[in-house]
Amino acid sequence: MPCVSPDGKPSETGIVTLKAVQAGADTPEKVQEATGNPMFKVRSGLRDLVNAGYLELKGGKYSLTETALDAL
Amino acid sequence: MEETKPISLPLIGEKAPEFEAPTTQGTLRLSDYKGSWLILFSHPADFTPVCTTEFIAFAEIYPELQKRNTELLGLSVDSTSSHIAWVRNVEEKMGVKIPFPIIADLNKDVSTLYGMIHPAQSKTETVRTVFIIDPEQTLRTILYYPLTTGRNMQEILRIIDALQTTDEHSVATPANWKPGDPVVVPPPHTAEAAEARVKEGYDCKDWYLCFKKL
Repeated sequence: MPCVSPDGKPSETGIVTLKAVQAGADTPEKVQEATGNPMFKVRSGLRDLVNAGYLELKGGKYSLTETALDAL
Repeated sequence: MEETKPISLPLIGEKAPEFEAPTTQGTLRLSDYKGSWLILFSHPADFTPVCTTEFIAFAEIYPELQKRNTELLGLSVDSTSSHIAWVRNVEEKMGVKIPFPIIADLNKDVSTLYGMIHPAQSKTETVRTVFIIDPEQTLRTILYYPLTTGRNMQEILRIIDALQTTDEHSVATPANWKPGDPVVVPPPHTAEAAEARVKEGYDCKDWYLCFKKL
Protein backbone atom coordinates (compact mmCIF):
# COMPACT_ATOMS: atom_id res chain seq x y z
CA MET A 1 0.00 0.00 0.00
CA PRO A 2 1.15 3.59 -0.56
CA CYS A 3 2.90 5.24 2.40
CA VAL A 4 0.84 8.43 2.11
CA SER A 5 -2.97 8.41 2.08
CA PRO A 6 -4.99 10.60 -0.31
CA ASP A 7 -5.58 13.03 2.59
CA GLY A 8 -1.81 13.59 2.83
CA LYS A 9 -1.40 11.73 6.12
CA PRO A 10 0.93 8.75 6.46
CA SER A 11 -0.86 5.43 5.92
CA GLU A 12 -0.37 2.41 8.16
CA THR A 13 2.55 1.37 5.94
CA GLY A 14 3.86 4.92 6.07
CA ILE A 15 3.80 4.94 9.88
CA VAL A 16 5.72 1.62 9.93
CA THR A 17 8.31 3.14 7.58
CA LEU A 18 8.60 6.35 9.61
CA LYS A 19 9.06 4.33 12.81
CA ALA A 20 11.79 2.31 11.12
CA VAL A 21 13.58 5.53 10.15
CA GLN A 22 13.10 6.86 13.67
CA ALA A 23 14.74 3.68 14.99
CA GLY A 24 17.80 4.30 12.83
CA ALA A 25 16.99 2.73 9.47
CA ASP A 26 18.27 5.60 7.33
CA THR A 27 18.80 3.83 3.99
CA PRO A 28 16.40 1.83 1.78
CA GLU A 29 18.32 -1.35 2.61
CA LYS A 30 17.95 -0.80 6.35
CA VAL A 31 14.26 0.09 5.99
CA GLN A 32 13.73 -3.10 4.01
CA GLU A 33 15.44 -5.10 6.73
CA ALA A 34 13.38 -3.39 9.44
CA THR A 35 9.99 -3.63 7.72
CA GLY A 36 10.33 -6.80 5.64
CA ASN A 37 8.78 -5.01 2.67
CA PRO A 38 10.07 -5.68 -0.86
CA MET A 39 12.63 -3.12 -2.07
CA PHE A 40 10.34 -1.63 -4.73
CA LYS A 41 7.78 -0.79 -2.06
CA VAL A 42 10.44 0.62 0.23
CA ARG A 43 11.85 2.89 -2.48
CA SER A 44 8.46 4.17 -3.61
CA GLY A 45 7.30 4.61 -0.02
CA LEU A 46 10.37 6.61 0.97
CA ARG A 47 9.92 8.81 -2.10
CA ASP A 48 6.26 9.44 -1.22
CA LEU A 49 7.18 10.31 2.35
CA VAL A 50 9.86 12.75 1.16
CA ASN A 51 7.43 14.36 -1.29
CA ALA A 52 4.80 14.68 1.44
CA GLY A 53 7.27 16.38 3.78
CA TYR A 54 7.65 13.58 6.33
CA LEU A 55 11.23 12.64 5.47
CA GLU A 56 14.35 14.46 4.38
CA LEU A 57 16.97 12.90 2.16
CA LYS A 58 20.50 14.25 2.55
CA GLY A 59 23.65 12.51 1.38
CA GLY A 60 21.75 9.28 0.73
CA LYS A 61 20.40 9.14 4.32
CA TYR A 62 16.79 9.56 5.38
CA SER A 63 15.73 11.43 8.50
CA LEU A 64 12.42 12.46 10.01
CA THR A 65 11.10 15.99 9.63
CA GLU A 66 9.23 17.90 12.32
CA THR A 67 6.02 17.03 10.48
CA ALA A 68 6.84 13.33 10.84
CA LEU A 69 7.61 13.69 14.53
CA ASP A 70 4.22 15.37 15.00
CA ALA A 71 2.52 12.54 13.09
CA LEU A 72 4.08 9.75 15.14
CA MET B 1 -6.68 5.48 -45.91
CA GLU B 2 -5.79 5.87 -42.24
CA GLU B 3 -2.11 6.38 -41.61
CA THR B 4 -0.56 3.99 -39.11
CA LYS B 5 2.14 5.44 -36.87
CA PRO B 6 5.18 3.25 -36.33
CA ILE B 7 5.11 1.61 -32.90
CA SER B 8 8.03 2.06 -30.54
CA LEU B 9 9.27 -1.34 -29.43
CA PRO B 10 12.07 -1.77 -26.92
CA LEU B 11 14.33 -4.65 -27.87
CA ILE B 12 16.02 -7.50 -26.03
CA GLY B 13 19.41 -6.41 -24.71
CA GLU B 14 18.41 -2.75 -24.41
CA LYS B 15 17.86 -0.92 -21.14
CA ALA B 16 14.19 -1.08 -20.22
CA PRO B 17 12.65 2.40 -20.61
CA GLU B 18 12.17 4.19 -17.27
CA PHE B 19 8.66 5.22 -16.27
CA GLU B 20 6.72 6.48 -13.31
CA ALA B 21 3.12 5.36 -13.07
CA PRO B 22 0.19 5.15 -10.67
CA THR B 23 -0.49 1.60 -9.48
CA THR B 24 -2.74 -0.21 -7.04
CA GLN B 25 0.16 0.00 -4.58
CA GLY B 26 1.08 3.66 -5.06
CA THR B 27 3.23 5.46 -7.58
CA LEU B 28 6.02 3.21 -8.85
CA ARG B 29 9.03 3.74 -11.08
CA LEU B 30 10.80 1.05 -13.03
CA SER B 31 13.98 1.98 -11.15
CA ASP B 32 12.26 1.01 -7.88
CA TYR B 33 12.85 -2.58 -9.04
CA LYS B 34 16.63 -2.31 -9.47
CA GLY B 35 18.26 -5.36 -7.95
CA SER B 36 15.28 -7.66 -8.63
CA TRP B 37 14.10 -9.44 -11.71
CA LEU B 38 10.81 -7.99 -12.92
CA ILE B 39 8.03 -9.37 -15.06
CA LEU B 40 6.16 -6.38 -16.47
CA PHE B 41 3.04 -7.65 -18.20
CA SER B 42 0.02 -6.10 -19.83
CA HIS B 43 -3.53 -7.39 -20.08
CA PRO B 44 -6.32 -6.07 -22.29
CA ALA B 45 -8.86 -5.06 -19.66
CA ASP B 46 -10.13 -5.60 -16.13
CA PHE B 47 -13.26 -7.71 -15.57
CA THR B 48 -12.62 -9.84 -18.64
CA PRO B 49 -12.55 -13.64 -18.56
CA VAL B 50 -9.13 -14.59 -19.96
CA CYS B 51 -7.40 -11.82 -17.97
CA THR B 52 -9.07 -13.03 -14.79
CA THR B 53 -7.74 -16.55 -15.32
CA GLU B 54 -4.30 -15.10 -16.01
CA PHE B 55 -4.26 -12.95 -12.88
CA ILE B 56 -5.23 -15.94 -10.77
CA ALA B 57 -2.43 -17.91 -12.43
CA PHE B 58 0.11 -15.11 -11.92
CA ALA B 59 -0.91 -14.92 -8.24
CA GLU B 60 -0.42 -18.69 -7.96
CA ILE B 61 3.15 -18.56 -9.27
CA TYR B 62 4.05 -15.41 -7.31
CA PRO B 63 5.56 -17.34 -4.35
CA GLU B 64 7.75 -19.29 -6.80
CA LEU B 65 8.79 -16.06 -8.48
CA GLN B 66 9.69 -14.48 -5.15
CA LYS B 67 12.00 -17.44 -4.45
CA ARG B 68 13.73 -16.41 -7.68
CA ASN B 69 14.05 -12.72 -6.64
CA THR B 70 11.41 -11.86 -9.23
CA GLU B 71 8.55 -9.37 -8.91
CA LEU B 72 5.38 -8.99 -10.95
CA LEU B 73 3.92 -5.72 -12.23
CA GLY B 74 0.70 -5.78 -14.23
CA LEU B 75 -0.63 -3.06 -16.55
CA SER B 76 -3.73 -2.15 -18.47
CA VAL B 77 -5.28 1.09 -19.65
CA ASP B 78 -7.94 0.88 -16.92
CA SER B 79 -8.07 3.20 -13.90
CA THR B 80 -6.73 2.45 -10.45
CA SER B 81 -10.33 2.30 -9.19
CA SER B 82 -11.18 -0.30 -11.82
CA HIS B 83 -8.11 -2.36 -10.92
CA ILE B 84 -8.99 -2.21 -7.23
CA ALA B 85 -12.62 -3.19 -7.87
CA TRP B 86 -11.49 -6.09 -10.07
CA VAL B 87 -8.91 -7.53 -7.68
CA ARG B 88 -11.42 -7.24 -4.83
CA ASN B 89 -13.94 -9.10 -7.00
CA VAL B 90 -11.39 -11.81 -7.83
CA GLU B 91 -10.65 -12.25 -4.13
CA GLU B 92 -14.32 -12.28 -3.18
CA LYS B 93 -15.58 -14.56 -5.97
CA MET B 94 -12.54 -16.70 -6.77
CA GLY B 95 -10.82 -16.67 -3.38
CA VAL B 96 -7.49 -15.48 -4.81
CA LYS B 97 -5.67 -12.41 -3.49
CA ILE B 98 -3.70 -10.52 -6.13
CA PRO B 99 -0.51 -9.61 -4.28
CA PHE B 100 1.34 -7.58 -6.90
CA PRO B 101 0.73 -4.00 -8.13
CA ILE B 102 -1.07 -3.12 -11.35
CA ILE B 103 -0.30 0.02 -13.34
CA ALA B 104 -3.27 2.20 -14.24
CA ASP B 105 -2.08 3.39 -17.65
CA LEU B 106 -5.12 5.48 -18.55
CA ASN B 107 -3.10 7.94 -20.65
CA LYS B 108 -1.23 5.02 -22.32
CA ASP B 109 2.20 6.45 -21.48
CA VAL B 110 3.79 3.18 -20.40
CA SER B 111 1.95 1.00 -22.92
CA THR B 112 3.10 3.29 -25.75
CA LEU B 113 6.67 3.34 -24.43
CA TYR B 114 6.73 -0.48 -24.43
CA GLY B 115 4.76 -1.06 -27.64
CA MET B 116 1.95 -2.84 -25.83
CA ILE B 117 -0.85 -1.53 -28.04
CA HIS B 118 -1.06 -3.24 -31.40
CA PRO B 119 -3.66 -1.28 -33.34
CA ALA B 120 -4.52 -4.11 -35.70
CA GLN B 121 -5.61 -6.12 -32.65
CA SER B 122 -7.14 -3.25 -30.69
CA LYS B 123 -6.64 0.50 -30.70
CA THR B 124 -7.84 0.85 -27.13
CA GLU B 125 -6.53 -2.21 -25.30
CA THR B 126 -3.06 -3.58 -24.66
CA VAL B 127 -2.27 -7.01 -26.06
CA ARG B 128 -0.88 -9.62 -23.67
CA THR B 129 2.79 -8.72 -23.41
CA VAL B 130 5.45 -10.01 -21.05
CA PHE B 131 8.70 -8.08 -20.53
CA ILE B 132 11.29 -9.86 -18.41
CA ILE B 133 13.73 -7.31 -17.00
CA ASP B 134 16.88 -8.30 -15.12
CA PRO B 135 18.26 -6.71 -11.93
CA GLU B 136 20.34 -4.25 -14.00
CA GLN B 137 17.11 -3.27 -15.80
CA THR B 138 18.07 -4.78 -19.14
CA LEU B 139 15.30 -6.33 -21.21
CA ARG B 140 15.98 -10.04 -21.39
CA THR B 141 12.81 -11.53 -22.88
CA ILE B 142 9.74 -10.17 -24.64
CA LEU B 143 6.61 -12.22 -25.31
CA TYR B 144 3.47 -11.17 -27.15
CA TYR B 145 0.17 -13.04 -27.05
CA PRO B 146 -3.03 -12.10 -28.83
CA LEU B 147 -6.13 -11.02 -26.93
CA THR B 148 -7.67 -14.48 -27.17
CA THR B 149 -4.78 -16.58 -25.83
CA GLY B 150 -3.98 -16.76 -22.13
CA ARG B 151 -0.34 -17.07 -21.10
CA ASN B 152 1.41 -20.19 -19.86
CA MET B 153 2.79 -19.57 -16.38
CA GLN B 154 5.06 -22.61 -16.41
CA GLU B 155 6.76 -21.21 -19.51
CA ILE B 156 7.27 -17.86 -17.79
CA LEU B 157 8.81 -19.60 -14.76
CA ARG B 158 10.93 -21.71 -17.10
CA ILE B 159 12.26 -18.59 -18.85
CA ILE B 160 13.21 -17.04 -15.51
CA ASP B 161 14.99 -20.27 -14.53
CA ALA B 162 16.76 -20.41 -17.90
CA LEU B 163 17.92 -16.78 -17.79
CA GLN B 164 19.17 -17.09 -14.22
CA THR B 165 20.96 -20.37 -15.06
CA THR B 166 22.56 -18.73 -18.09
CA ASP B 167 23.77 -15.79 -15.99
CA GLU B 168 25.07 -17.94 -13.18
CA HIS B 169 26.88 -20.58 -15.25
CA SER B 170 27.60 -18.88 -18.62
CA VAL B 171 25.74 -21.58 -20.53
CA ALA B 172 22.76 -21.76 -22.86
CA THR B 173 19.65 -23.88 -22.44
CA PRO B 174 18.38 -26.19 -25.18
CA ALA B 175 14.85 -26.67 -26.49
CA ASN B 176 12.36 -27.73 -23.85
CA TRP B 177 15.00 -27.33 -21.13
CA LYS B 178 13.85 -27.41 -17.55
CA PRO B 179 15.87 -27.12 -14.33
CA GLY B 180 17.96 -30.25 -13.79
CA ASP B 181 18.34 -31.00 -17.49
CA PRO B 182 21.76 -30.81 -19.20
CA VAL B 183 22.71 -27.37 -20.50
CA VAL B 184 24.52 -26.37 -23.67
CA VAL B 185 28.17 -25.34 -23.49
CA PRO B 186 28.75 -22.22 -25.64
CA PRO B 187 30.25 -23.26 -29.00
CA PRO B 188 33.98 -22.67 -29.54
CA HIS B 189 35.02 -19.80 -31.81
CA THR B 190 38.32 -21.10 -33.16
CA ALA B 191 39.34 -24.32 -34.95
CA GLU B 192 41.79 -25.03 -32.16
CA ALA B 193 39.14 -24.62 -29.49
CA ALA B 194 36.79 -26.85 -31.53
CA GLU B 195 39.45 -29.55 -31.65
CA ALA B 196 39.98 -29.27 -27.92
CA ARG B 197 36.25 -29.13 -27.11
CA VAL B 198 35.55 -32.77 -27.96
CA LYS B 199 38.29 -33.84 -25.54
CA GLU B 200 37.05 -31.73 -22.62
CA GLY B 201 34.77 -34.37 -21.16
CA TYR B 202 31.43 -32.88 -22.17
CA ASP B 203 28.66 -34.91 -23.74
CA CYS B 204 29.41 -33.78 -27.32
CA LYS B 205 27.32 -34.74 -30.33
CA ASP B 206 29.86 -32.84 -32.38
CA TRP B 207 32.27 -29.95 -31.72
CA TYR B 208 29.49 -27.33 -31.87
CA LEU B 209 26.90 -29.16 -29.76
CA CYS B 210 28.10 -30.15 -26.32
CA PHE B 211 26.04 -30.66 -23.19
CA LYS B 212 26.98 -30.74 -19.54
CA LYS B 213 25.16 -31.33 -16.28
CA LEU B 214 25.31 -28.53 -13.71
